Amino acid sequence: MKTADKITALPDRVGLETLKGLAYVGGLARLAGESAYITFVGPFKGQRLHAQRAFHQAMAIGVRAIPIVSLISFFVGLIMALQSAYELRRLGAVQFVADAVAISIVRELGPLITAIIVIGRSGSAFAAEIGTMKVTEEVDALETMALRPVAFLVAPKFLAMLVMVPCLTIWADCMGVMGGCLFGVVGADFTFLSYLQATRDALVLHDVFTGIVKSALFALVITAVGCQEGFSTGAGAEEVGRSTTEAVVKSIFLVILVDLVFTAVFYLTNRG
Amino acid sequence: MNESAETPVISVENLRVSYGEREVLHGISFDVRRGETLVILGGSGSGKSTLLRTLVGLERPSGGEAWIKGVNIARASAHDLDEIRKKMGVSFQGGALFGSMTVGENVALPLREHTRLEDSTIEIMVRIKLEQVGLASFEDFMPSQLSGGMKKRAAVARALAMDPEILFFDEPSAGLDPIIAAGIDQLILELRAAYSISMVVVTHELASAFLIADRMLLIDRGNIIAIGTRQELASSVNPRVRQFLDRVPEPQVEDELNYLQMLTGDKKASDT
Repeated sequence: MKTADKITALPDRVGLETLKGLAYVGGLARLAGESAYITFVGPFKGQRLHAQRAFHQAMAIGVRAIPIVSLISFFVGLIMALQSAYELRRLGAVQFVADAVAISIVRELGPLITAIIVIGRSGSAFAAEIGTMKVTEEVDALETMALRPVAFLVAPKFLAMLVMVPCLTIWADCMGVMGGCLFGVVGADFTFLSYLQATRDALVLHDVFTGIVKSALFALVITAVGCQEGFSTGAGAEEVGRSTTEAVVKSIFLVILVDLVFTAVFYLTNRG
Repeated sequence: MNESAETPVISVENLRVSYGEREVLHGISFDVRRGETLVILGGSGSGKSTLLRTLVGLERPSGGEAWIKGVNIARASAHDLDEIRKKMGVSFQGGALFGSMTVGENVALPLREHTRLEDSTIEIMVRIKLEQVGLASFEDFMPSQLSGGMKKRAAVARALAMDPEILFFDEPSAGLDPIIAAGIDQLILELRAAYSISMVVVTHELASAFLIADRMLLIDRGNIIAIGTRQELASSVNPRVRQFLDRVPEPQVEDELNYLQMLTGDKKASDT
């Protein structure tokens, strides 16, 4: 009897978890949609756009992240150069190291590394900020003052992220190429200028474009997850910790998933 | 709608509120008259905080009606709810001041968002409101620099910013020493004398309740068990009311068998 119950309970659980997952993604989409409405339609209906808050967020998300993004993407570029040179040397094709670094950084690693850093710095901060405001009743206070928490807290973050994450990604691409260049100059027969020339020849505009489109999507995912986790914070300080952790873990997972889906889409649409 | 002195500002009819499956308020009805201070008394978990949250529109009732100034907030649209909220101020238990803004900016926020007043006018209004709650010259302090009592005063100043017609207080004296708590009571009395605002105060502090109330309402396990003036409540003979007012602890007599079952964790016996 009990085993039979367990067997019939399994599809129930699978169904329940699937529905929960769909509801979660639905919640993310609603936050993003509401924010888009507030940002792009609201101002024409006489609602105030919190431009100054968006500006503050942009400072925190973008400008203050430049040092760490620079350093990490420089190192990643250098690592990519070393790794690809290891294999290319056996084929006597060390001169292709610039191509390998340029394509892997611009198409994939630049956007991804930037996204991971932004998750750690800002996605977690969104969850912690909104979560703490939930615990201290500040979110309730906003509502009772007839201020929409989404308009006040979420929309400025979306706006700032949509601008700053692609910018950071372009910067990370440049720094990654610089990392590769260091190896090129020291370990292969490149000069600084010839390495940049080789990089430019290796890339087409489409590579840069796909990277930036992806980074914009990552920005949406990170903001939506961070804010959603913040709003789902229950009562108590430890809940803030839980939602911050959830925000980071779920953001990383969803960013990788989105990356996979879009890379596959780009691959399939460019085959023929 | 005819708004004579006789029309209640708040009229609650058979209000029911549930969290999921669990019903917290089992159909309660009362009125708040214009200009009076109604104190909602009740023990922990009695549903008094839920009642307050429902009246300010943070919880949706599962049944019944709650009319505030001619709008049924149980069925009001988001827009109507916001219009009503601009006419009411809420002072939360912990103050719920926005930690990223100064005290002055906190008080100015509703004015900045909902009115088109000049900045200089807003500054003057902020000083007036802060002066009224005894916090003149604390304009540029951050909320974290204020003591508990001062935070509550600042929260009252913010609640007063839009010149509300109804003020809600959630546990105004919770967590304060008797002297500071008496100061808050004094503030509530002064506000009533100065503005004749209708006030709804949720508390479990008997001394404070008897000082500030025009009428009192005692909630127990989701039902109203007494409503009336101070004298009417003080002379009540209802055993639960007497127990609350005379501060008699819950009787600790337990069935020995139940106690044994509780200890051994054997639930079957108690289910049958």
